[in-house]
Amino acid sequence: MMQRVVILGGGTAGTLTANRLRRELGGQTAITVVDRDDDHWYQPGLLFVPFSRARPRGIVRSRARQLRPGIGYHQSAVDHVDVAGRRVHLRSGASLPFEVLVVATGAALLPGETEGLAEAMARGKAFTFYEPAGAAALRDALAGLDGGRIAINVVDMPIKCPVAPIEFAFLADWYFRKRGIRDRVELALVTPLDGAFTRPIASRELGGLLDRKGIQLVTEFSTGEVDGNGGRLVSFDGREVGFDLAVVVPAHGGQAYVGRSPGLGDALGFVPADERTLQSKASPDIFVIGDAADLRASKAGSVAHFEGEVLARNIRGFLAGQPLTASYDGHANCFIETGFGKALLIDFNYDTEPLAGRFPGRAGLPLLTESRLNHLGKLAFQQFYWHVLLPGRDVPGLTAAMPRAGKHLPAAEDAGILLTGSRRDE
Amino acid sequence: MSTKVYAGTEVTVDDDGFFADPHQWRAEMAPQLARESGIDTLTAQHWQVVKFMRHEYTEKGTGPSVRALSKTSGVSIKELYQLFPKGPAKLAAKIAGIPKPRGCI
Repeated sequence: MMQRVVILGGGTAGTLTANRLRRELGGQTAITVVDRDDDHWYQPGLLFVPFSRARPRGIVRSRARQLRPGIGYHQSAVDHVDVAGRRVHLRSGASLPFEVLVVATGAALLPGETEGLAEAMARGKAFTFYEPAGAAALRDALAGLDGGRIAINVVDMPIKCPVAPIEFAFLADWYFRKRGIRDRVELALVTPLDGAFTRPIASRELGGLLDRKGIQLVTEFSTGEVDGNGGRLVSFDGREVGFDLAVVVPAHGGQAYVGRSPGLGDALGFVPADERTLQSKASPDIFVIGDAADLRASKAGSVAHFEGEVLARNIRGFLAGQPLTASYDGHANCFIETGFGKALLIDFNYDTEPLAGRFPGRAGLPLLTESRLNHLGKLAFQQFYWHVLLPGRDVPGLTAAMPRAGKHLPAAEDAGILLTGSRRDE
Repeated sequence: MSTKVYAGTEVTVDDDGFFADPHQWRAEMAPQLARESGIDTLTAQHWQVVKFMRHEYTEKGTGPSVRALSKTSGVSIKELYQLFPKGPAKLAAKIAGIPKPRGCI
């Protein structure tokens, strides 16, 4: 009997997984991708829409057309997964049995979880650039702004692309400088974290950049309410930040069907998995990739990209009845736009925080420092995304395992790695 | 890492005062831990959350975020902040004798 792999989600993670599996398994395995619509958004492009540097129509393509020939595409929302029965029930009424299920349905935005946020968004006081309509509405609101206070607020972690709110602040600074009204605009980044970023060295570097650009940083702010009429963010512990316009990244959760699938997800609807093999904790025949997973890795496209290589190998092993040997190290890699045609690049994994140096080797792109080259890299990435990353092609130098050459590793950490290495050898 | 004495027993804590080894924790230690975090009296509701934190830690290896804590325990986030004013996830973890929640990246 032909083995059946069902992939829920036709975004970055689901598409590149389907294409890799199709290439590696050939026609012996039936691969079906399920998604509720046919709009594949290039999500990194959403950041540029509010500043008129990308148009929504330019960053969306057909989901089905990103899949290699021979992969099935089923357009329907998911009702629920019957974990024990190895079957996905779809809203269309159909159901799909599987030998392997890949959960790749990403994260959902949940503005309804924060008091006042949905209302403030409906009244044009708060905007989110994390979805296309919101990004376009924000573009129009920014264009009509002649001054005032803009609060950029992350409601709660985890969020997709944790650097995007910082990038938005940098780009807003640049945007208002170009319009010649930066002196009339106050910018504040309001975050639940205790710094600009989650890891210390990058947090210090980014915090310094925010400071130099005159962007206020408000930390450990756990947003309880967005009061659109009163123009204020209120934290659960009673602090307030005023705004004329709020750019809000709503709380994230897994997709609703996860909650309707007993045993599959956690309290937030993310799917717990082994952080190395990507096998779900729900069942051995269910795997998770990308933002849908409850892992300590960032929710970012690069994570899905690097996970894809590991996941495809483990699914091949699983279908052949072999042990799962491929291991994901938490590798993530992000360009951070800083405005004025420059960008930073960070590269890190579970154990190594973002460090200075060069990527992927000593002659590569500069890490953790602003450069024009990184900005050009970010712009070029869009073509790379559609033509190399989604098709699941291997790229020399850009592999699942985080490169160490070129990085300025602290001495203590080098010693730690050596110790770990010697333990493994024993 | 350093050591502190709670309920007459020496325990190992990290730089922020979180227990390094949850097995060293006993319920008698909680009132003193709570006072150090500015909570004078542990009510039944505090205890419900503290026990839940330990349960989650045992199951998952890390304390839950505030939102996950609220969803699973059925106590609203607002109430959690009334119980643990300086941040429920951190304070409740400290009083429950589990390591600082890993948080999200």
